[in-house]
Amino acid sequence: MSTQTQTGAERIAAAFANSGKRAALMPYLMGGFPTLEGSRAIGEAYADGGADLVELGVPFSDPLADGPVIHAAGTKALAAGATLEGVLEVGRALSERLPVVLMAYANLVYVRGFEAFAELLVEHGISGLIVPDLPLEEGPELLGVCDARGIALVPLVAPTTPDERFARIGERARGFLYTVSVTGTTGERVALDDRLGGVLARAKASTTVPVAVGFGIGTPAQAAAAADAGAAGVIVGSRLVRAAAEADDPAAEVRALVSAMADALR
Amino acid sequence: MIASVEHRFGPYGGQYVPETLMPALAELEAAWIDANKDVEYTGRLRQLLTDYVGRSSPLYLAERLSEVVGRPVYLKREDLNHTGAHKINNALGQALLCKRMGKPRVIAETGAGQHGVATATACALLDLECVVYMGTEDMRRQKPNVERMKLLGATVSPVDAGTRTLKEATSAAIRDWVTNVATTHYILGSAAGPSPFPSIVRELQRVIGDEAREQILQKEGRLPARVIACVGGGSNAIGMFTAFTGDRTVELVGVEAAGEGLDTPRHGAPLTKNAKPGILHGAYSALMQDDDGQILEAHSISAGLDYPGVGPEHAWLRDTGRATYVAVTDAEALAAFQRLARLEGIIPALESSHALAWVLKSEGESDLDLVCLSGRGDKDLAQALEMIGGGGAAEGQA
Repeated sequence: MSTQTQTGAERIAAAFANSGKRAALMPYLMGGFPTLEGSRAIGEAYADGGADLVELGVPFSDPLADGPVIHAAGTKALAAGATLEGVLEVGRALSERLPVVLMAYANLVYVRGFEAFAELLVEHGISGLIVPDLPLEEGPELLGVCDARGIALVPLVAPTTPDERFARIGERARGFLYTVSVTGTTGERVALDDRLGGVLARAKASTTVPVAVGFGIGTPAQAAAAADAGAAGVIVGSRLVRAAAEADDPAAEVRALVSAMADALR
Repeated sequence: MIASVEHRFGPYGGQYVPETLMPALAELEAAWIDANKDVEYTGRLRQLLTDYVGRSSPLYLAERLSEVVGRPVYLKREDLNHTGAHKINNALGQALLCKRMGKPRVIAETGAGQHGVATATACALLDLECVVYMGTEDMRRQKPNVERMKLLGATVSPVDAGTRTLKEATSAAIRDWVTNVATTHYILGSAAGPSPFPSIVRELQRVIGDEAREQILQKEGRLPARVIACVGGGSNAIGMFTAFTGDRTVELVGVEAAGEGLDTPRHGAPLTKNAKPGILHGAYSALMQDDDGQILEAHSISAGLDYPGVGPEHAWLRDTGRATYVAVTDAEALAAFQRLARLEGIIPALESSHALAWVLKSEGESDLDLVCLSGRGDKDLAQALEMIGGGGAAEGQA
């Protein structure tokens, strides 16, 4: 498959369309955790296990949308010397195998400037961008900059989002619409929020791009349940970051976990 | 009456928060505008500020201090408020707002513990559940305030991340809010954070400057040459400055924490250092950060000024030239802490000691200074005595 002629947004669309699963599987990778090389190996293991896309997190000192597992991994990545450029190199390597969607907090984007940041994404083969603390109101300028380069700027919706906002956010969604499954930060949950079906229905009605769901999905059963509830994509974060932190052989452990989730989605 | 709320101060401010919180910010803004049209809210707040807080706070001519610096210096005595600082003005106003919104639970962040105590107090009074996030380093250096909050029925939730100070406490409070937003109001204590907080906090704190302006006109028959306040996030300063921003002859001076020195990384002075702006805790403002956009750790002897960001309106006041920002070191603040105790029989908070330290060392053109004494120093005794050494003020310094 040629990746040179496709824009990032097109690559993402193809990954959703051709996953061969009920929902595309998108594991989250903390860039630079435990080291840059280690995170690249974990990302390769995601691909080996059957991931369709990867969400690559840039570690940040003050991650307001993240729970303790991802927060701690980011802190360790920074202590180990991770930088944006280093994480982008990991992204470039992984982009040979699957589309990479970068997750970066707003200050990391602002400090570089929108144009310069978007250029870096293009140079490193990154397909999409998620900025979890850049809501609709603050987003228009960055959306224009990303659109001009074929980078998909992926917005988020939450269970608290009112209907009229859903429509405005869905209209501006590129690549996919990231639906936050819970009112809360990232992290594993015992059970999926029982409002998920309703939130997904509202998300799907608001947009033409695929709707993916994340936050609180950590088991194959929860991944399957999210697909059953209507998600076109499933994002798994803290469970895999925890495995990367705890396992003796992180790559083997996450490959097995991703593979089990991929199976549950087939 | 408040018809609208600013979302930007020049380029600064905004709402850089997770989507989950956006409806809560809109709800808060609407509730705030609505409350200010309702005499039941404004009247109840005024009554509590008078009968419960003890407002208006006195404006005191510090005669011996004036003699030392060679010009009259007035102190706006926010230290005499119930709970010992200006923080109660905002905490009561927002707690009443929380009641109106029908939310049973309040969260707050605290550095020095003054905002935590003020919020715990307001929540006890209004029968609201209260959780205060506080860094474990600040819990150590502000122990009496931790005990006060617990006595008032609040839960003090220790925050162990990072430098275990105000920045991390604020992040933890925001994460709690993201999770419990349906039942919870976040009483942010500074004129910082996402819109509408900087505007709400300013309006609730502007009583300081409104009173002081009237009082000094009464006592001196003229406006001060300079109005001086310490700046961490900037709530007492914006409260003090707002009444005077239209008086073009009045110089406004914000005093930040220079910590161990502005030429070291250990300070809390993003405005004075002209730091590149960035986004922290939902607002775009002056910010201590590295070239990659990672937020740097601030340092100050005073827990309330130990913060790498600052309220967005201050960044705009600086850029427009309406206010000037300067910084004094830990050592200078500590000396001023002792000096005021000996000269005036007033033990100031270490935060307010920064403003006093600048007054003590500045020469300038002023013939009348007005200083916000934002809080009292009881909470700082253990830490200050430890740093002064030997359990008492050194004779030679005071």
